[in-house]
Amino acid sequence: MSKRKAKDAHLPIGECITQVQQILRERFCERQLPDRLDGVEAQYKHLLELLRRTAVHGESNSVLIVGPRGGGKTTLLQCVLRDLQEEEEVEKNLLQVHLNGLLQTDDRIALKEITRQLQLENVVGDKVFGSFAENLAFLLEALKKGDRSTSCPVLFVLDEFDLFAHHKNQTLLYTLFDVSQSAQAPIAVVGLTCRLDVLELLEKRVKSRFSHRQIHLLSGLNFAQFLERVQMQLSLPDSFPDNKFAQEWNASVKTLCEDKSVEEVLQRHFNSSKNIRSLHVLLMLCLSRVSVAKPAIKPADLLEASRMCFADSTANMLHGLSILELCLVIAMKHLNDIYEGEPFNLQMVHNEFKKFLQRKSSSIYNFEQPVIMKAFEHLQQLELIRPSTGPRSNPSGKYQLVRLTLDHSQIMEALQKYPQCPTDVKQWAMSAFG
Amino acid sequence: MTALLKHPGYDEERLQRVAEQLPCREVQVGMLLSLMGQPQQYSYPSVFIYGHRASGKSHVMHVLMKELELPHATVSCVECVSVVLLFEQVLLSFFGCDAASLLPRSPSLSDFVRIYRQQCSQSPAKQTRYIVMEKAELLRDTDASLLPALLRLQELVEDNVTVILLSEIIWDKFRPNTGCFEPLLLHFPDYSKGELQQILSQNRHSSYSAEFYSTYINILLGVFYSVCRDLRELRHLAALNFSKFCEPLVEGKVKETDTHKLWKHIEPHLKKAMQTVYLREVSSLQWEQMQQMEEKEAGALRGLSAHTHVELPYYSKFLLIAAYLASYNPARTDKRFFLKHHGKIRKTNFLKKNEKTSNHLLGPKPFPLDRLLAIFYSVVDSRVAPTASIFSQISSLVTLQLLAQVSHDDQLDAPKYKCAVSLEFICAISRTVNFDIVKYLYDFL
Repeated sequence: MSKRKAKDAHLPIGECITQVQQILRERFCERQLPDRLDGVEAQYKHLLELLRRTAVHGESNSVLIVGPRGGGKTTLLQCVLRDLQEEEEVEKNLLQVHLNGLLQTDDRIALKEITRQLQLENVVGDKVFGSFAENLAFLLEALKKGDRSTSCPVLFVLDEFDLFAHHKNQTLLYTLFDVSQSAQAPIAVVGLTCRLDVLELLEKRVKSRFSHRQIHLLSGLNFAQFLERVQMQLSLPDSFPDNKFAQEWNASVKTLCEDKSVEEVLQRHFNSSKNIRSLHVLLMLCLSRVSVAKPAIKPADLLEASRMCFADSTANMLHGLSILELCLVIAMKHLNDIYEGEPFNLQMVHNEFKKFLQRKSSSIYNFEQPVIMKAFEHLQQLELIRPSTGPRSNPSGKYQLVRLTLDHSQIMEALQKYPQCPTDVKQWAMSAFG
Repeated sequence: MTALLKHPGYDEERLQRVAEQLPCREVQVGMLLSLMGQPQQYSYPSVFIYGHRASGKSHVMHVLMKELELPHATVSCVECVSVVLLFEQVLLSFFGCDAASLLPRSPSLSDFVRIYRQQCSQSPAKQTRYIVMEKAELLRDTDASLLPALLRLQELVEDNVTVILLSEIIWDKFRPNTGCFEPLLLHFPDYSKGELQQILSQNRHSSYSAEFYSTYINILLGVFYSVCRDLRELRHLAALNFSKFCEPLVEGKVKETDTHKLWKHIEPHLKKAMQTVYLREVSSLQWEQMQQMEEKEAGALRGLSAHTHVELPYYSKFLLIAAYLASYNPARTDKRFFLKHHGKIRKTNFLKKNEKTSNHLLGPKPFPLDRLLAIFYSVVDSRVAPTASIFSQISSLVTLQLLAQVSHDDQLDAPKYKCAVSLEFICAISRTVNFDIVKYLYDFL
């Protein structure tokens, strides 16, 4: 079958949807590198040039990539590495070591990982032998022996760089930066971090050995570009097997992005964050609604997904409280109003609740103290109230001082939405006493 | 409902079975299934599911994983006192026990990820692997890097793996300082009254009609719904009290349809249950025994909290009384209460601005040992020598947790105490020594 014929072949609709899901899911889970980067061309060029100099000419470099979470730091680096690998000279020459601050939580583990990834002589199979000191000496020896002309350049990638700065004495960082400064084996140290003040974390001797080269990935996206990005994220690539379906899909995505209500929703998202990753969550929720019966994303899907993203989780939890617990929350709200945010204990809450019951004639809410205590403890478990700071001296929970972690408006809003809320409770909450 | 069950990639018969086992959770299950996608497709790296206790979080996950036979590891964070257990559990259920034995003695996250990658390259995932973490709020107390690492596990191990966190606490209270990979949030709403009724009515007794049982559930919810919405608790209460509800029927006094009489019979009984068995004052076994004993009124049996009566030596009782007075009375009023020639006490003269709320609301105040002894000598009629036995009685009251030592900085020199007993308790004690404590309490003046 010729290529052209394969392109024109129509797949059944179920197959198409499966393909769409497959492609877009991989994209949203960031399992796939984009073909080209948008908006970071300058940074890309800078980093590529830098790493090429290390890989080809044997120059030692250090650089920090700084940007917010989900700002595309890893993607940038991986794109650069992918394009760098295409060069034949680099591919057989460059050694890579990938470390992550979350995994290599101290220098000992990091050192073992380096030795393992470089496959040095004291590695047998998967095991690394020797003590920490031996490992370090060995590694330093191995790096020192090399020089610019003969030895292989090594690329160190330190993900979550700020966590490495919390290691004891910053030995690893010192060693790496020191090697990159002196005429030893050529290495490039690339740190990825989301902390803008990362240089303040470094010790003076470490800082002085760092080249102070920083690449900032701050998103300067405006809304038009953001919309474009949304459309790009949702469109199918040209390599999609069923050409006709892909065209239809892309057209439907285009009309979707031009829809007024969709634009409004996206504007709201844009205002809360320009982050692409939070956009992925939204699009993932949309995508999950695509099925054989409904083979396109409709504006209603996006609205629904956005509603899910913006749902207030505290309000959701308040919705599920029992009447008694809700009454206690209202009593706490009154106490907060009267005593201006001073911490309170169960006794005071109970007292406030009793005052409400006295003013009301019927006594359906006349619960015993232990029942109220149980409700109070449930609120504490949900962390709607937290113990106020200070030593917990008394063993009985009755007098423990706590604070409410809810806002005034959150309580009122929850009360409005509460199913079958008794009128007197509502009035009590509204009443501006105190 | 049938529309929700059409998920390509899963067997329809199995989906049907899932739907049968999960009443009132169709929307959530449909949502979850569509998020999970087909088994071979990638799913979002981490999903955070929150909802109230007994809103079916674990149950839904369990049924889904089991019926659809997805590769999964279910880990309860309560059981995982150290991360080793967590790693072992995950590796064991994904790759078998050989992989779990590869872990070194005290493994770090790095080791876990390394072994996972190694195993994964030998047997790559054909389907999405799921790690379900129950009670995820406990993850916050472990190693600080564990939670962020789990959230981006898919990226770290480069495998089609999804971590599902289940918790009662909202995500905002989980977020670490420097941020992390944000999971997808999913809410399991609470069951409404109708849904509770529907679920509870399912496990009815076979010898009675469905309407009869649902009447019973209705009455039960009428009593307990305002206090408790926990399905498990309600189910337990329903099981415990059903035999009592059937009693008039067995005796032949009323018919099944006579709802009002049945209600009249059971309602006081259920109210009593709220004060006893709901609070675990009386254990379920005792409660069942009590129901069988006709003549004995339910609740006549003394509960746990009725056992607070303790036998104390004579002077210990007075020491405790003195401690209570010292804790709940302001020191300024001691002169008026305990000296011989005092004038008339008028409360308004004493009142200071910050003392408007009574001490019984604020809790006990700490007092020095000297004050305790001074009050003690004043309330005991006879002369008492300050012997070693008196002082040892004070420290034994501390070990009994009737008193609490406040500052631990100095053991001998001027220690401070707090009284840790309730008003009822101290009233009972003072009655045994014919001492009217209420007369001496500033709050009740």
